Amino acid sequence: MKRFRTLSRVPLLGLVLFALVLSGCGKRQTNVTKGNKDQVLHLGNGAEPSDLDPHTVSGVPEHVIIKALFEGLVMADPKDLKPEPGVAEKWEVSPDGKTYTFFLRDNALWSNGDPITSADFIRSYERILNPKMASPYATMLHVMVNAKEYNEGTLKEFSQVGVHALSDKKLQIQLRSPVAFFLGMLKHYSWFPVHTKTIDKHGKRYDKGNRWTRPENIVSNGPFVLKEWRTNEKIIVAKSEKYWDNNRVRLKEIHFYPIESEEAEELAFRAGQLHVTYGVPLSKVDGYRTTGSTLRLEPYYGTYFYRVNLDPKKNPNVALKDARVRRALSMALNRESLIKNVTRSVHTPAYSYVPPGPVGYLPKDKLKYDPEAARKLLVEAGFPGGKGVGKISIQTNVSDVHKPLAEAIQQMWKKELGIESEIVTQEWKVYMDAQRNLDYVLSRSAWIADYMDPNSFLEIFRTGNGNNSTGWSNAEYDKLIEESWAQNNAVARLESLKKAEALLLQEGPVIPIFFYVRDYLITSSVKGWSPNVLDDHPFKYVFLDEAAAADKLPVLGTTR
Amino acid sequence: MLKFIANRVAQTLAVLFVVGTITFFLVRLAPGSPFDQERNMSPDVRRNMEEYYGFDKPLLVQYYRYFSGIILRGDFGPSYKYTNRTVTELIAESLPISVELGLYGMAIAISIGVVAGVVASLRPNTVTDYVPMSLSMVGITLPTFVSGPVLLLVFGIYLRWFSVSGWSEAEDKVLPAITLGLYYAAYFARLSRGGMLEVMSQDYIRTARAKGASETRIVFRHALRGGLLPAISFFGPALAGIISGSFTVETIFQIPGLGRYFVTAASNRDYTMIMGTVVLFAALICVFNMLVDIVLAWLNPRLRLE
Amino acid sequence: MTVDSTLPAPAIVEVEPGHSLWQDAWARLRKNRLAVASGVLLLVMACACLIGPIFSQDYAEQNLSTYATPPSAEHWLGTDTAGRDLLSRILIGGRVSFSVGLCATAVALLIGVTYGTIAGFYGGRVDMVMMRIVDIIYAFPFTIFVILLMSLFGRNFLLLFAAIGAVEWLTMARIVRGQVLTLRRMEFIEAAIATGVPRRRIILRHLIPNVLGPIIVYTTLTIPAIMLLEAFLSFLGLGVPPPMASWGVLIDDGRKVMEEFWWLITFPGLALSLTLFALNFLGDGLRDALDPKASKD
Repeated sequence: MKRFRTLSRVPLLGLVLFALVLSGCGKRQTNVTKGNKDQVLHLGNGAEPSDLDPHTVSGVPEHVIIKALFEGLVMADPKDLKPEPGVAEKWEVSPDGKTYTFFLRDNALWSNGDPITSADFIRSYERILNPKMASPYATMLHVMVNAKEYNEGTLKEFSQVGVHALSDKKLQIQLRSPVAFFLGMLKHYSWFPVHTKTIDKHGKRYDKGNRWTRPENIVSNGPFVLKEWRTNEKIIVAKSEKYWDNNRVRLKEIHFYPIESEEAEELAFRAGQLHVTYGVPLSKVDGYRTTGSTLRLEPYYGTYFYRVNLDPKKNPNVALKDARVRRALSMALNRESLIKNVTRSVHTPAYSYVPPGPVGYLPKDKLKYDPEAARKLLVEAGFPGGKGVGKISIQTNVSDVHKPLAEAIQQMWKKELGIESEIVTQEWKVYMDAQRNLDYVLSRSAWIADYMDPNSFLEIFRTGNGNNSTGWSNAEYDKLIEESWAQNNAVARLESLKKAEALLLQEGPVIPIFFYVRDYLITSSVKGWSPNVLDDHPFKYVFLDEAAAADKLPVLGTTR
Repeated sequence: MLKFIANRVAQTLAVLFVVGTITFFLVRLAPGSPFDQERNMSPDVRRNMEEYYGFDKPLLVQYYRYFSGIILRGDFGPSYKYTNRTVTELIAESLPISVELGLYGMAIAISIGVVAGVVASLRPNTVTDYVPMSLSMVGITLPTFVSGPVLLLVFGIYLRWFSVSGWSEAEDKVLPAITLGLYYAAYFARLSRGGMLEVMSQDYIRTARAKGASETRIVFRHALRGGLLPAISFFGPALAGIISGSFTVETIFQIPGLGRYFVTAASNRDYTMIMGTVVLFAALICVFNMLVDIVLAWLNPRLRLE
Repeated sequence: MTVDSTLPAPAIVEVEPGHSLWQDAWARLRKNRLAVASGVLLLVMACACLIGPIFSQDYAEQNLSTYATPPSAEHWLGTDTAGRDLLSRILIGGRVSFSVGLCATAVALLIGVTYGTIAGFYGGRVDMVMMRIVDIIYAFPFTIFVILLMSLFGRNFLLLFAAIGAVEWLTMARIVRGQVLTLRRMEFIEAAIATGVPRRRIILRHLIPNVLGPIIVYTTLTIPAIMLLEAFLSFLGLGVPPPMASWGVLIDDGRKVMEEFWWLITFPGLALSLTLFALNFLGDGLRDALDPKASKD
């Protein structure tokens, strides 16, 4: 037997040797230390972007990269989100608040050296609004006169849309109504200019498969240019030499990594491969909290809620048709406990639908946690002790915190109200499909604002809005929202919105659960990264400080 | 030989066509569409989108268009999810990475598996059988999404021997290859043990033994050649499987390989990408099987006669 | 992850028709201590999962405020992050995992044996066509197929695994067909056909009992493969609907917190690993035992 024993040792020995050889060269510098020296930022970016064409994409990872590559008329100060000059160095607003004139700066250039003119903006807005483009974010531009009509194909002449070149460097935009948050909207990429000459060169202008966004083709106007794109590995952008404000830009390169698994991302961070992560696994939050500096928790303008299907044809549950039952479901939730125990105190409990605070908006009434009153409501509605409500199904998709939250909510409803529920976990596309077609009873949902105004949240529950997805329709609500659009007076406008929200909560097509908090990890060497509720961190202000103290990482597993 | 290959190629093409056709209709049966996104599109936008991709046409017309594109132009179309890249590009970018990963994994699986299997077969039902077989089986009794992270934590984070993600340096490649290799080791161990057991009971081995050949000589000169045949025939399908089935390893170790598309294409309802991966996988299976058959015929004269 | 659809038939087992086959096999199996131990372990596991949940605590009862607690006198294996008793979740999860494995294997068995027998018995053109179909299905990447099935059958887990079984039968069909093809040429079958015994009777009485050996062996190897597949689906987030647990779901939950709460990965992982070890060893042992060639030595 002896000889076989030696035989079996060979591969083992080989493996050990292999390991030793490699471990010898394994002591190289980490991305972070090397990046700090060279001003190269390594960033976890969630997922592989589907494209980088501002007119075809709709996801957050795409948004982050597009913000590095392009710039709109007006941007936002990362500290307070106040408008600050972008391609336009200044602007004027007419007294009725409906006409904006933008003065484009002379030194604003495309990355190929072409000057940026008003015509670029007009061609870009024509492209995104063109029905053939089928752009998911075209609705953002509907605030312009006639934009909606052109987008929907009822108007054929783009010259009638409210955007005009007064001169090469003077652009006028006419709005349907005095939109108070218009300048805030402009920092969304749907308003960014694209270089149509380049687009035409690499395909048809309205084609989704147009190859102009490939690194070898792209022409952009932001602080960075696309340098390399390796699918599912990383995207590299490098500082632009043509950008008008390039003296301010200190980063040489940014590497975006599409890491979908939060666990994998956290490990990469711990191994010194990332400066900033996209998220952090909830189970790791407690550990990082003890070490302090690397964990960031920042309020985010978004709400996590359950939709209730109110379409009588699609939802057979009789009890849920009664607003009192829906309110009872909401009142029986101990949101404090959900947040503390399930989300490890990352998010904040939601007692209204719109996150209170930004632009001075505070909700009229707040929801309460009151199981006693909830039980009374059920009695009033004729379902004492939950009898007759039947089994309610909760639809959720499969990742993230959705499952443990649904489990906890299921138990709360059972304990407090005697209402039984079942959790239906669906694959992402099936879940989206079911929600769109109102093929559910309760559905886990979320809404993140596109611009900083309560309108972004409330607009979607208007009758017929593509994102309503509850079958809820209320004429008074629609009227209130319409009123808010027409109001030029800031206080009166918010008042209309508050009334609308109160109505929404009273009627209960939504059960708010929590307001989002952005949770992520960041090394202390990253400077100029300001927290704000839109999670907007313009890269032109970010730089790396080599002298920053090394980060303390938690010893996980010992931090209970 | 040429006739054999021509025959197999024709057969392969037929299989690819049937597999492609079934997939084409199957993916359209599944609920959800490539255009479902976090934010709903307005019905108009959706209609325009469907028009653009030709979804408004009858299914048979779509089928005809799609297949004529493949057959006439070798064009698998653009990815519906990654709109500025074509299916062919995405596959061309990621296939070499998965093949490389697969080969490393395979090398590890074979070196562990075959050695364990051969050693085990020499003294069946004794400790020298049980121990190597148990060791080789560790990989198939733990899901790779557990063994991968455990290796990662120990060697990547605690010991800092290897890097935890990426696919550029040699040190990026060790842990994923081991994770993948461990999973397949048991199959090779089992097949080579079985094969060896069978061969060792054959008359020519007994003859060799009677003639006083040493045990080493018997094993290396006579038994291995026949005993490893089952393991060799497993090589083809295993390589195809390892290339398509490395989703877990690729997600855990952040490898930009092809394996992840076998999951993400389906869950994104990226119809063209699903078709691309399915047809590629079928082609791999057919080609590897053909290669294995050729190798087997070369190794085993008896098969050649048949 | 699992690539069973691409596995070749296990080494062909030739079964000699003989009355003492089963006694012989049993004697040989008993000599294989590891296989016997595996069998005992499986029996204990199965009983625990079957009877255990009756006596254990409620697997769904949460206690949010305690979060995860390590093993203690009250909770022998600790509690999970929702404060649920881990032992009862492992027991109920075992029920799910076992039934999923058995259910899918049973379907695979039924289809595979029927299909293989028909192909092998009738031979010729029938066989050719049937086997080409098998080749085609073999060439499907399994993962994509499962995800698509999942979206079709998502709401019913057992139905889904029946569907998976309907894919897993390929290898079974190949093995059975190979065996039947050889048996078909044997004298006792030819004699039966010549004397006019109905075909159904021949198949049921003479053919199937004679291929039972390889079938049993392959079955013990299919169950672990399917249990692993269940775990893989849980990794994709497509496991059993909550608050129900399966071993796959528990392991997937546990791996995310393995650094913080070691017991949440260790115990479910052990349960699955031991079971898969045992099934694999039992399968190998059975193969050795049912392979008459080994007895010639």
